[in-house]
Amino acid sequence: MKNKKASPWKSIQTGLAVLLVMIVFAYGFEITNIDLEELRSPQRQTSLQRVTRALVRPDIVEFEKEEERANAPVYVPCPEDGTIPELPEPDTSGPYIVASPACAAPSESVTVEGFNFSPNSTGPVRFVPGSDPANVVELGNDTATADADGHFVAQVRLPGRESEDVQYIRATMRHNIGAPRFTETAKVTWEKIIETVFLALLATTLGTLLAIPLSFIAARNLMKPVRSPLTSVSLSLLGWPIGIGLGFLIVNQIGAMSALIADSIAANLLSVVIAPSLFWVAFRWAMPQEEIKIPSPALRLARLFVIFIGVLLAFFALFQLAELTTTISLALRPRLGAAGFLANFLFQVSDILRIITPAAGALAAGAVVGGTLGRMGQRTAERASASSVKTLNLILTAIAGATVFGLVGALIEWLYQVGRPEYTFWGPIITGAVLGFLLALFTKAKTTLPTGLVIYTVTRTILNGLRSVEALVMAIVFVIAVGIGPFAGVMALGLHTIVSLGKLYSEQVESISSGPLEAVTATGANRLQTIIYAVIPQIVPPYISYTMYRWDINVRMSTIIGFVGGGGIGFLLQQNINLLNYRAASAQMLAIAIVVASMDYVSSVLREKYV
Amino acid sequence: MLQVKNLTKIYEGNVKALDNVSFEIPKGQFLAVIGLSGSGKSTLLRCINRLIDPTEGQILWDGEDITAATPDEMRRIRRRIGMVFQHFNLVHRSKVITNVLAGRLGYVNPAWSLLNRFPKEDMVKALKQLERVGIADKADSRADELSGGQQQRVGIARALMQDPNMILADEPVASLDPVLAHSIMKHLEEINKNDGVTVLCSLHFLDLVHRYADRVVALNEGKLVFEGLPKEIDDQKFKDIYGRDAERVG
Repeated sequence: MKNKKASPWKSIQTGLAVLLVMIVFAYGFEITNIDLEELRSPQRQTSLQRVTRALVRPDIVEFEKEEERANAPVYVPCPEDGTIPELPEPDTSGPYIVASPACAAPSESVTVEGFNFSPNSTGPVRFVPGSDPANVVELGNDTATADADGHFVAQVRLPGRESEDVQYIRATMRHNIGAPRFTETAKVTWEKIIETVFLALLATTLGTLLAIPLSFIAARNLMKPVRSPLTSVSLSLLGWPIGIGLGFLIVNQIGAMSALIADSIAANLLSVVIAPSLFWVAFRWAMPQEEIKIPSPALRLARLFVIFIGVLLAFFALFQLAELTTTISLALRPRLGAAGFLANFLFQVSDILRIITPAAGALAAGAVVGGTLGRMGQRTAERASASSVKTLNLILTAIAGATVFGLVGALIEWLYQVGRPEYTFWGPIITGAVLGFLLALFTKAKTTLPTGLVIYTVTRTILNGLRSVEALVMAIVFVIAVGIGPFAGVMALGLHTIVSLGKLYSEQVESISSGPLEAVTATGANRLQTIIYAVIPQIVPPYISYTMYRWDINVRMSTIIGFVGGGGIGFLLQQNINLLNYRAASAQMLAIAIVVASMDYVSSVLREKYV
Repeated sequence: MLQVKNLTKIYEGNVKALDNVSFEIPKGQFLAVIGLSGSGKSTLLRCINRLIDPTEGQILWDGEDITAATPDEMRRIRRRIGMVFQHFNLVHRSKVITNVLAGRLGYVNPAWSLLNRFPKEDMVKALKQLERVGIADKADSRADELSGGQQQRVGIARALMQDPNMILADEPVASLDPVLAHSIMKHLEEINKNDGVTVLCSLHFLDLVHRYADRVVALNEGKLVFEGLPKEIDDQKFKDIYGRDAERVG
């Protein structure tokens, strides 16, 4: 209760705090140039008015216009003798105008009356200098609007163009005919908004696909139980680069072999059909669905061999599929006409397939070699005596450390082009070896290290780091990498989607109920099976919900990613703002608003339905 | 025969959940584990299939050392030990049949699990297990559409899919009403008697212990305080197990 007593010290503290807050806000006002005086200046207000009026009239539809012109003679100034020369009577069969009086001093006004114009037409009534009635030059900014009978009266101020000869006043009245039609701006806007929506779609798809696996290794509850002995860690660290290198070589070799028969469609077709069937047969034989007894080593070796051959065949089939798709798309393109984008899609898909097949092969081989060596290490650490494991660890960890540091050194050399091997080659290798040796020296031979937590921390750090880079900034980088256009936007938005969804997803994984996980583990399921049968069913609804949400964000982001050259409608919008073409800009803003609002609605409906 | 020798589990923060516990269970026995909440019953059961790694001690099952098993060996051991949980631990959004099939995961090749495929024999078997526990008609319902008693039957069917030699039941009836409790316990009893499956079952109510258990071990603050037949629990023993202030109900 003592705390509740008022104390002068407390009051002073509160006062100081209030003062501090005021100072902070005062500084904030200063920094952000808050100045309402600016808003009151007439110059600002007229431009604001002009822009606002343009913005509320988006440049979407226009009419075919018809023009009617008529001239009326006028003298500026009145002749000195005061008599106006006889003027020809105007032709009253068509539209005509009459100026009265027919002469006036410069900068005086005359009344112009128009007859027989089209009803409700409107247009400028201006002074035509010189004595040529067909002169295209017009001066002044007076306008007139005809009534339902095609009659108007307007005051026209005469400019300071004095002449003794007759000059003219011209009314150019326009009126709409026929139905409204879309403007050029509307057409371009439509094209670009479609591009924008698909940009967002592709970025979201790409991001979601890659974020899902990432989210599992960025989830603490899944990674924390993963522990492995040092022997296993070093061996798998060595295995990954070796596997990636080997895999890349082998798959490229297969690619070269596939290229030999690339031109023959029959061979393509045959291998696309036969190779996967053979792979399936091999898979069925080598991976029995259930096995009660432990198979003999010879059988296991035979299975490994068969699977290896099967995988080689599968990669061959992938290359052949790419070739086949290319051939088909090239053959189809000229025949499809308007649907030619389908052929183009096929062609791009085949290209993507050709590019990612070696990468996928390298990664798969890395995982297999790393994993196998890791398991061997695990077994050795479990079975062998502590002292021999220790010796093994000292050697292996030193080599693994040297490899990892050497690779980092190579990366630094590539990035900064140091050009001094003692810093980027020998230095890191020796440091890595020494550090590895020390780690092995101070780690008990059979203790397990929290490898899962290390992977988790590294993944989370990368995710958080990349997430803090705005997609707009990423787009600038990708514009340099792949050129200006929507592709750069897809890459930038996709990358940002991966990292932000990766984090959101992994938080969902962390919040699942652990009961089913425990139950499935207790049946003897391994980690992969636990994820498939206990984790995935639990995270489907939040994953759908977050993906929708992200698709929403991506549509919004893709509308402005064009500001930096990332394609989509943003480029158009920025251009029109810079050209002060506010009516066109307004059309684009309207399009963005419609798309974002409808996206919002659709995603909320879908979320309600599926979650 | 399961032998637990000097089992000790110390959690982070120096919390001793099990303190030098030793006992044996002959094959085919129905053993009840009793004790207050927090006395270490759950930890004991989870140490047996290594959902929790014990700090010290040994567990031998038919001569095989569970505590020293490698991950591969552990997979083979776990698939012969079914487990039934207080909160059923079903995957709510999956179908009942999928939950039951999950009991087969220790046998199925992980590569096939990646394709979400189970062998045909397992499908047949899963339906048979559901029939055995009396809810074959619910096979295609979502697990969370079932009542508590039905969910626990799914849990038992899942354990049965493992062709278990032993079932660990962690308070299987604590979240069910008394009528349902008996029906679930009867299923466990039937499995114990007909299939010769060893059952380790932690229980709250002594009448259930009297009714179903062959033998009892009791834990208090991680220590084994009683081991014997259910009828040997007299008032004095009761107070040792449940504390001085406890009163018998039922």
